Amino acid sequence: MDDVSRRAVLGTMLAVGALPLVACGAGDGARTKVRYWNLFAGGDGLLMLQMQDDFRAKNPDISLEAVTLAWGAPYYTKLAMAAAGGRGPDVAVLHLARMPGYAPGHLLDAFDVDLLEEVGLDPAEFPPGLIERATVNGRLYALPLDTHPFVMYYNTDVAQQAGLLDAAGRLTPINGPDALIDALTRAKKVTGKHGLALDNLDVMPWRLFYALYRQLDGTLALPLGGSIGIDDAKALQALGLMRRLTEEGLATQGLDYAGAIAAFVNGDSGFHWNGGWETTTFSTAKTPYSMTRFPNIFGNARTTGDAHSFVLPHQRSRDPEATRASYRFLAHLIKSSVTWGKAGHVPAYRPVATSPAYLALKPQSEYRDVTPDVQLDPPAWFSGSGSDFQNQGGAAFQAVLTGDLTPQQGLDQFKGAVDKLLTTPSPA
Amino acid sequence: MATTISPAPPAPPATRAVPLWRRMPAGLLFTLPFLVFYLAFLVWPTVSSLFLSFFNESLTGTRGEFVGLANWTEMFGDSAMWSAFGNTVYFTLLSTPPLVLIGLVMALLTNRAMPLRWLWRLAFFLPFLLPASVVALIWVWLYQPGFGLVNDTLARLGLAEAGWLTEPDLAMVSVVITTVWWTVGFNFLLYLAALQQIPQHLYDAAAIDGAGWWQRLRSVTLPMLGRTTGLVIVLQLLASLRVFDQIYLLYQGTGGPNFAARPILEHVYTTAFTNFRFGYASAISTFFFVLIVTVSVAQLKLFPSSSNSSNSSKER
Repeated sequence: MDDVSRRAVLGTMLAVGALPLVACGAGDGARTKVRYWNLFAGGDGLLMLQMQDDFRAKNPDISLEAVTLAWGAPYYTKLAMAAAGGRGPDVAVLHLARMPGYAPGHLLDAFDVDLLEEVGLDPAEFPPGLIERATVNGRLYALPLDTHPFVMYYNTDVAQQAGLLDAAGRLTPINGPDALIDALTRAKKVTGKHGLALDNLDVMPWRLFYALYRQLDGTLALPLGGSIGIDDAKALQALGLMRRLTEEGLATQGLDYAGAIAAFVNGDSGFHWNGGWETTTFSTAKTPYSMTRFPNIFGNARTTGDAHSFVLPHQRSRDPEATRASYRFLAHLIKSSVTWGKAGHVPAYRPVATSPAYLALKPQSEYRDVTPDVQLDPPAWFSGSGSDFQNQGGAAFQAVLTGDLTPQQGLDQFKGAVDKLLTTPSPA
Repeated sequence: MATTISPAPPAPPATRAVPLWRRMPAGLLFTLPFLVFYLAFLVWPTVSSLFLSFFNESLTGTRGEFVGLANWTEMFGDSAMWSAFGNTVYFTLLSTPPLVLIGLVMALLTNRAMPLRWLWRLAFFLPFLLPASVVALIWVWLYQPGFGLVNDTLARLGLAEAGWLTEPDLAMVSVVITTVWWTVGFNFLLYLAALQQIPQHLYDAAAIDGAGWWQRLRSVTLPMLGRTTGLVIVLQLLASLRVFDQIYLLYQGTGGPNFAARPILEHVYTTAFTNFRFGYASAISTFFFVLIVTVSVAQLKLFPSSSNSSNSSKER
């Protein structure tokens, strides 16, 4: 008897305990939930938060659950694991160049063109080059939010003293290797330290190399199972210029990302090459700066970059209501991407990129015409932002920048590493 | 549960020995919560990792065929695996001696009567309490060229600056310095506790016999610490072989300048989670697991002499 009453009490307790849970579930069900993952932890992350709050205020029927994760490999690991389990977030951000590794159709679900039309988005309003990259077997797997090129920041005070500004206070265009060396030499004389604050570590050397190599019209072929197709002479020319910058003391040697930022903020350098996303940092630090496109060194103005895009991670069972709400959410972000432009990213959506509000953003809109010149990594399952491919390129060319390897040795190492990736069976 | 609660068959009342079920399952019952976790989070993953190493399993879920020994043969011919393996061994060889010796010296220093002794002890142990991310952040700034504290000090002393995080030859040395600063406090604590276990009368007797400071250290203190030293070395070797966090954070997952500081665990991580190759990564981690187990067993076989000597000295 004792035993029975104890069980009864326990049972009652469990039932009572579960009640609030049931109530919670019912309350949440009234609003459609959209789960969104992104990797914007920098200055652009704050702007993303603003855009999210704006969406929440205007769409009270949708409960938005946004998660920001650490950039790069950690983020891509989590996203892939979540999608592999078929219970990933409803919307996620992906660098467009990373898409092949995400096995469209396996880890990513395709966009529904009718639903896009319902929320007022037309793929024709996005840069055709990006849409082409985002399309596999005739289906659209990614919707670009921006392009974010490798750009040139300059310290306006230093440039002024070095006589590098025109009458309107803008940088006189730097064309060709000699003009570049001359500008950096003059900036170095003013700062007394370096001309260019350059991050020598992580993937930055890859970004710089690829921009220069593409300016030389070099092509990079990545045939799976084969070996890398690269123009050695052009690659060596690009690497030779990179080494010259550090060897002659024009660019910082051995500095990492944070160090390069600090060198530019402290006024130790007149120029800084990086992605466009550090505007918030420099504005906060009250650095007298402006920015422009990566200079035309070898005959055209191509530069490295990627495009933050929205994707629909694979879901085993897709809830139509949540999907529709997800489309509304990403349509809101894309249409309000003027805010996003403040971070230095160039909005991909044409109506925004040509709007007066965006054009009024200075210096961010100064290089808005860059989009067709932005060079994404050649497509392969192992390339793109935060990938092993970029890490290998970064490692080999960083050793060239620091003089540990000659350009020829650095190139050989890179080719060897890429050949190994090419012969590795694709997991996608 | 059912088996443990089921009543024993009625035993003939003649023998009043305690039935087996009363002795055995109680212990089993008490360890059950641990066993469940142990099986679910250690044994099962280890076994499934071995299992996965024979498949070309990928995170994207597009493959998963049985490939026999392909992963294993690929691994033994993989120069990146061997160089990462070499880096881990290099780190272990470089970091273990200072981590043991400095821990011992710090314990000896703070075991003496001195003003503010608690402060010294706390200061030596404190870095151990910091999370890896904080440690990496501090040292990245210290190692910066130009304005970092280390290079700035070198420059003020009239010495040449060094590229602590950018020169391949220095990359692992920087990691060792950071690791020693961070984790030596643990060995220090083990040594300090052991020092306080040494009976005072041994020192008194040695002093009566006319032993000086050095003689007492060599003939009393160090032999009495033999068992602790064995323990510290084993724990340290195992900890050093597993190095990952601080390197991953110091070099932002790039493996250091030209991969000079990429440990084997980072190679496993990159293979599995950046390149999505679970099968191959499982082969490497299984190989490394077997190696660590071998080292541990070898250590236990090699060091019983020290534990014997300290036992016998205790009996004295």
